[in-house]
Amino acid sequence: MINFQYLRTTSAKSAIALLLKDKRSKFIAGGTNLIDLMKRGVLAPEKLIDINHVPLKQIQQIGDKIHIGALASNSAVADHPLIKEKLPLLSMALQAGASAQLRNVATVGGNMLQKTRCGYFYDTEMPCNKRQPGTGCGAIEGFNRMHAIFGTSPQCIAVHPSDMCIALAALDALVVIANAKTERKIAFADFHRLPGDTPHLDHNLKPDELIIRVEIPVNALNKNVHYLKIRDRASYAFALVSVAAAFEMRDNKINTIRLAMGGVAHKPWRLTAAENFLKGKEANVQNFEEAAKLAMIGAKGFGENDFKLKLAPNAIIEALTLAKTKA
Amino acid sequence: MENLFFKDDNDRVDGIFKVTGKAKYFAEYELPGLTYGVLVTSTVTKGKITSLDTKAAEKAPGVIAVVSHLNKPSAPLYEQEGGSPMKIFYTNQVFYNGQPIAIVVANTFERATYAASLVKATYEKEDFNTDFEKALADPKAKKLQGQPNYKRGIENAYKTADVQVEQRYVLPIETHNPMELHGIIADWKPADRVTVYAKTQGVKATQNTIANVFKIPAENIQVNSEFVGGGFGMALRTWPLEIATVMASKHIGKPVKLVITRMQMFTMVGNRPAAIQKVGLGATKEGKLTGITHTAFGESSVYENFTEGVVNMAKFMYQCDNVNTAYTIVPVDLGVPIWMRGPGEATGAFALESAIDEMAHALDMDPLDFRIMNDPETDQQRNKPFSSKNIKEAYKLGAEKIGWSNRKNKPGSLVEGPWQTGYGVSVGVFNANRGKASVKGILKADGSLVLQSATSDIGPGTGTGMTLIANKLMDIPVNKITFELGDSSLPPAPSQGGSATLSTIGSAVNDVCLSLKSTIAELAANSNMDATSNFVDVLRKNNLPSIEVTKESQAGKERDNYSMYSFSIHFVQVKVNNLTGVVKVSKIVSVGDSGKIISPKTARSQMIGGAVGGIGMALTEEAVIDHRFGRYINNNFADYHVPVHADVPQIDVIFIDKPDPIINPMGAKGMGEIALIGFSAAVANAVFNATGKRIRTLPITPDKILAG
Repeated sequence: MINFQYLRTTSAKSAIALLLKDKRSKFIAGGTNLIDLMKRGVLAPEKLIDINHVPLKQIQQIGDKIHIGALASNSAVADHPLIKEKLPLLSMALQAGASAQLRNVATVGGNMLQKTRCGYFYDTEMPCNKRQPGTGCGAIEGFNRMHAIFGTSPQCIAVHPSDMCIALAALDALVVIANAKTERKIAFADFHRLPGDTPHLDHNLKPDELIIRVEIPVNALNKNVHYLKIRDRASYAFALVSVAAAFEMRDNKINTIRLAMGGVAHKPWRLTAAENFLKGKEANVQNFEEAAKLAMIGAKGFGENDFKLKLAPNAIIEALTLAKTKA
Repeated sequence: MENLFFKDDNDRVDGIFKVTGKAKYFAEYELPGLTYGVLVTSTVTKGKITSLDTKAAEKAPGVIAVVSHLNKPSAPLYEQEGGSPMKIFYTNQVFYNGQPIAIVVANTFERATYAASLVKATYEKEDFNTDFEKALADPKAKKLQGQPNYKRGIENAYKTADVQVEQRYVLPIETHNPMELHGIIADWKPADRVTVYAKTQGVKATQNTIANVFKIPAENIQVNSEFVGGGFGMALRTWPLEIATVMASKHIGKPVKLVITRMQMFTMVGNRPAAIQKVGLGATKEGKLTGITHTAFGESSVYENFTEGVVNMAKFMYQCDNVNTAYTIVPVDLGVPIWMRGPGEATGAFALESAIDEMAHALDMDPLDFRIMNDPETDQQRNKPFSSKNIKEAYKLGAEKIGWSNRKNKPGSLVEGPWQTGYGVSVGVFNANRGKASVKGILKADGSLVLQSATSDIGPGTGTGMTLIANKLMDIPVNKITFELGDSSLPPAPSQGGSATLSTIGSAVNDVCLSLKSTIAELAANSNMDATSNFVDVLRKNNLPSIEVTKESQAGKERDNYSMYSFSIHFVQVKVNNLTGVVKVSKIVSVGDSGKIISPKTARSQMIGGAVGGIGMALTEEAVIDHRFGRYINNNFADYHVPVHADVPQIDVIFIDKPDPIINPMGAKGMGEIALIGFSAAVANAVFNATGKRIRTLPITPDKILAG
C-alpha cells in the first residue's frame, strides 16, 4: 500500500472543494470497497477525503418523496421503519447484500459507486479494459460465470454488483448530485452506464461531484414485493442473478409493476418489456412466464455464464410468484 | 497455563482463553527488535528470474533488507544436489505463479508491504500448464503412479456383472484457508540458536525441518506453537515461506515476523488437489456387489510429488471378491498440494459413495439396504477381523433420527411448489491410527498434575481430551490437571494429523498416569500407609514436593492382527429449488463409530465442523484458476465460498460410544477425518433423490442443477 494523505471534512461544500484541489484524491465513506481496491493496487489515491462527518444521513419523507442521505448506512436504511413500511423492496434488497458488519458501515452513496467484482479487474497482473483501458478483457474468453448477459460490449462484460441499486432502479429513484456550484438530479436508471467503448466509466458522476441523496417517489408498491437473490451460498455472496419485483393489484389485475434484475448487466437492468406486458394482466404463472420470455430478449451468454439464460427467466417467475403470495 | 473450567467438566480447558483473547497465537508474540517480512511473489507461472531489481525497495523508508536468491544466507541442505524439493532462494526457477521470490524486511509491516511493491523482477518465460484435466488428456504429459495398483480377484469384474454402474466424478481444487493466516516469527540468535513462533501441526516436525535445512542441531531450535487458529492439514509441513523467514532473520540478525495475505493462502500453503475418478461397480440382480474398480487421477506439482489415499476405501468397505484400484498423479505448474481434512479418503469417498448410490438406484433398492447387504464382516483387503465395527447400529440410529422412512426411493417424489426434498446417505471411513509418543507427568503435593508432550492443538481440543483421560484414571479434578503442548522442548510427539492424536498421545497419558499411580502405591506401602491413600497425603508423608515420570507409548502386535478403522455415517435432507437451482441442506445427522468418546463436547464439535466443511465441499468450495495465466481468480473470502451460518442447519451428532477393545487402553479411535469423509456424497445423493439429477462434479452450484 502506498502512503496517502487522510483528510476529514464536515460539509459537502468543503468536501467538494478539497476534491477540486487535487484530482488524485478520493472520497471515502464506509470504505468497504475502496480499501480492498487500494490493497490490491487497483486504485492508489494520494488523498482520502473522509466524508463520514458530512451530515448526509437523514432518512425522511418530504412531500411525496422519501429522501435518503448519501451517507446513511445500508443497515440504517434497511431497518428504518419508513423504508420497511413504504419501500419494503429496498429494505429486502439491502438485507440481501453483503454481511451485517459490512452493511453497518457501507453507505448509500458508496454502494452506488462500488466497483464490479470481476476477478480480472482486481488482479493487476491480468488484462482488464475497465482497470486499464486497452489491455483487453480477461473475462470474455476466461472465467465469466458471474458475468453479464445484457448490454455487454466487446470491451467489457462485467456486472454491477449492488443489490440496493437494483431496487432503486425499480423504484424510479432520483439521484441528487452536487458540485461546487449547484445541484442536479438524474434518474437512477441514467446514473450507471453500460460499458460500450468506455468500460472504465461505471457511472455518470463527474469527477468534481458528490452524491447528496437519493429520492424515491412514494408509491403503492408496499405489499406484493419481493427481492430474490440467487447466489452460490445463502448469505455473503454476490448475485448470480437477482430480481426486484413489485406490483400493485387492482380488481385482480396488475395495475402498477416494476421489475429489475441484478447480476446480469453493467448496470441495474430494468425489465421494461416485461413490465409493459404484465400491466393490466392477471398475476398468474402463464403471464409471468410470458413476461420472463420478453425480459430475456437480447440476452447473450459467454460460455460459463450461459446458465443465466435459463436462471434469469426462472428467477423472474419465482420472484413474481413470491411477490404474489405476500399478503 | 492455568486451567479455567467454568461450567462442567466437559468444557474445553482453553475455552475461556480462546473467547477472551488470552490465547496467544504465533503472530501475537512481541519480541524486542521485531521486524516485519513481506513476500514478493512471481507474476509468471513458469520460467527463470533473469533480473531482480531491489534498489528502490532497499531505499524505501524503514527497509532493513531484501533477501532473495541473489544474497541468501547459507542453507547447507539447499547447497546439495537433490535434497529439499523447493529450495527457496536457492534457485532462480519459477515453478508456479505466486511463488515467493524475495522477502522484504522493514521496521513496520506497512513499510515492508510498500517496499515489496517496489521490487521488480524480469523473467525468461517458459510454456506452462496449470490445467489438470488438460494434462490428463495429453498423452505426452507426465503422469506418475501414485500408489501400487491393487487387485483382488478378477480385474474389472464389474464389466460382466448383471447390473453395472460406470461413472466419472470430478473434484476441483479446494483450499484449507483456516481463519488464522499462515506465517512464522523467526529469531536467529548468535551461536546458531533459533527460536520460532510457528503455526504448525507438529512442533517437532518444524524443529527437524529447520535443523535439516540449516544443518544445525535440533536442540538449538526452539519451536513454540501453543495455539493454532485452524490447520485442516495445511500446517503439516514447514513451507518455503517459513524457511524464507528464518533465512531473513539469519541474514539480518534480528527477529522477523511474516504473516502472509489471504491471497497468498491460495498459493503458498497447499490445497486439496483436483481429482478425476472413475468408478465401476457390478452387482447381481439381488444386489450383491461382484466387482469394484476405482481409478483415480490427482493433481500434483512438477517440483514435488503429492499422493494421498484416494482409492483406499474401495479395497475394504464393501464385501466384494473382485476389486481393483489404480491411482495416478498428474504434475501441473501449480504449488504442491497437501492433505486437507479427510484428505484423499474424502476425495475418494465422494466418488465411491456416489457410485454406490447410483448402483442402489439401478437396482431399485434403498441405498441403506444396499449398503447393509454388502457390509463385510471382516476386512477382505488385509484378511483380518476389524478391531471393532458397529456400522449397522450406526445406520439404524441415523436413519431413525433423520426420518429415513419419509424418503421415497423414486427421485423427485417429495414436491412442494418449486422445492423438491430428498434424503441421502453416505459412509466415511478412515484408518484408526496409533503412533509413538512420549508424555511426562508431574504429580505435585499440592494436589495438581502437570502433563507435558510436544504435541499440538489445531483446534480439536487436545488438552481437553488428555485432561479427561487423566481425570478418569487419577481421580484428580479437571481443574487440577494441566496439559502442556506446542513446545518442542517437551517430550516428543508426532504431528497432529490423520486423526491420531487422542489415540497416540492419550495412550502415553494413560501409561504415565498408571505409572504415577503405582509409584504412589509403592510409596504408600513403604510408609505404612493404606493402599487407597490420597496421593497428596502420600507425597507429604514422604516429604516429596512432587514425583515425575516420562513414558513412551506405542502400539504393539495388535496392529498386525486387526484391521482398525473409524466409521461415520452421514444422513442429510436437502431441499432443491427446481426453478433457481438453489440447494439447501435442511437436516444433518452424522453418526460416529469411533470407539469410546473421551471428550463428548469437543468430539461433537469435531463432527459439526466436519459437516460444515462437508457442506462447503459439496455445494460451494472451488478454487478457480485462469489457465491462460496460471493465476487464481477467486482467491479471497468474498469469492471463494465457504459455508456461512445461513447455509448450515441444525446438526445432530450421534456417537455409538463403544470402546474398541484392541486399539489402545482408552478404546478410543480418531474422528477428525471421518467427520468430513463421505459427507459430500451424502449431499449429492440427497440431491439426486430430490430431483433425479445426478451431479458428479463438485461443487453442486445452481448452474449445475439447472443444467442437470
